[in-house]
Amino acid sequence: MRYLISRRVTQIVIMGLYIVAHLYGIKMLEGNLSSSIAFKTIPLSDPFAVLQMFFAGSIITMDIFIGALIITIFYGLVGGRMFCSWVCPVNIVTDAANLLRRKLGISAIQKRIYMSRNIRYWVLGLSLVLSFLMGLTAFELISPISILHRGLIFGMGFGFSVVLIIFFFDLLVHENGWCGYVCPLGAFYSIVGKYSLVRVTHDAQKCTECMMCKEVCPEKEVLFMVGKSSQTVKMGACTNCARCIEVCGDDALNFSIRSYINQNRS
Amino acid sequence: MAKVDMSDRRKFLLSMARSVGLAGIGALVWSSVLEESVHASLLLRPPGALKEEDFLKSCIKCGLCVSACPYDTLKLAAPGDKKPMGTPFFDAREIPCYMCEDIPCVPVCPTGALDESSVSSDGELDINLAQMGVAVVDPYACIAFWGIQCDACYRACPLLDQAIVLEYGRNERTGKHAFLKPVVVPDVCTGCGMCEHACITEKASITILPREVVMGRAGDHYVKGWDKQDQERVKNAKAKITTTEISSKSAIDSLNDESGLY
Repeated sequence: MRYLISRRVTQIVIMGLYIVAHLYGIKMLEGNLSSSIAFKTIPLSDPFAVLQMFFAGSIITMDIFIGALIITIFYGLVGGRMFCSWVCPVNIVTDAANLLRRKLGISAIQKRIYMSRNIRYWVLGLSLVLSFLMGLTAFELISPISILHRGLIFGMGFGFSVVLIIFFFDLLVHENGWCGYVCPLGAFYSIVGKYSLVRVTHDAQKCTECMMCKEVCPEKEVLFMVGKSSQTVKMGACTNCARCIEVCGDDALNFSIRSYINQNRS
Repeated sequence: MAKVDMSDRRKFLLSMARSVGLAGIGALVWSSVLEESVHASLLLRPPGALKEEDFLKSCIKCGLCVSACPYDTLKLAAPGDKKPMGTPFFDAREIPCYMCEDIPCVPVCPTGALDESSVSSDGELDINLAQMGVAVVDPYACIAFWGIQCDACYRACPLLDQAIVLEYGRNERTGKHAFLKPVVVPDVCTGCGMCEHACITEKASITILPREVVMGRAGDHYVKGWDKQDQERVKNAKAKITTTEISSKSAIDSLNDESGLY
């Protein structure tokens, strides 16, 4: 539970800091997840949004370039695709849908609809192509993620309908449908975080093959090695959410710092 | 149906073609949604905003300008506002721009979508250079045009007697009263909307509209002959010569040609 609690705390604290900065002027973290200023000095920007701006033909200022660089370096070097499960507020919505789905047993009665995990990479590509062709930030103008975090800070409007669509899509149409298959931001961070250092490691020696980890994992493919061989989860799609670690009764899964030196020794 | 044997190459090509096709459908739907969302109603941007087209490219939708605004003038467009989502705007009738001298909303913009240089002269911020829009008067609804005394907009204007001037006229109906009609000077008007906010009619008779929508352009064929500097513009004028059946010889010739008359 401790990882789940710390994820929720991180997500809520970050959104909370934005909200108090906007409403009460306590400026520890000001702006929103698209772009913000930490402690009135450090710029932080969503690198995917900046990339779309670049493709749209906007002049990239030093502020957002540095901001995007800081974020890219952090996730690329350290966190991997951590944004998705530790920061993004949509994660709370899709996790709730997932929980309800499991409680109601919807996956058991549902005929599986085939969706490819690669859809998100196509959406990612499309958002850059459309940004270039239309001279607009294609995904940013319709992004449900932005609608949610912006809405929480600056006012929601009819934004709840978009959040509900995602909730019901994940609940009724496809397990982890949004985060695991469609979202181009997740795809972006999968690519950025491919070589990051914080990783989940599997110890096949301790594993009793209960497969609980695969049951809860939102990106099941990354756990292909469970029960087979001891190795680090290397695929970029892993969000470091630690659900597998928490559910494992055998201590066969844990966080570790990925070592590039020992990689070939197995 | 019998299962068709396919080579891996063919399978790959087919699935690629299928993906590209699906992406194409997605792109069409997506682009039409985008097209719809950005061609929204007339809206007013914060001071120093780039041209709408460039603004949409550059705004990262972070809301720092909104947070910086001390009067809660600026809002970020949420779904349902029928404006490009996440971009800052203001509704002058509700809360106008109070033209802060230090323009707190502009320097905080991280992307340059709000351009500091467009609202500064000699390196110092000058809100009077802002061009958020331009005020337009409806002379039929404005009671000053009826002959009733009202100068609410004139008094509310932060550039008093510069952006809105009063035009005096004789009221022929009564024969003894004066008209004091508000007239906007578009070159000076910043589009702050304090006039629209102050207007006493049920629906404002003076409204701020985006400059591109309202402002005309005379073109280089029309110059002020009495103004030496303005007259220079005629040199830029380009003529487009068309030839018709009549003008193919010469225009004068066709006027004096009497052959068709008798």
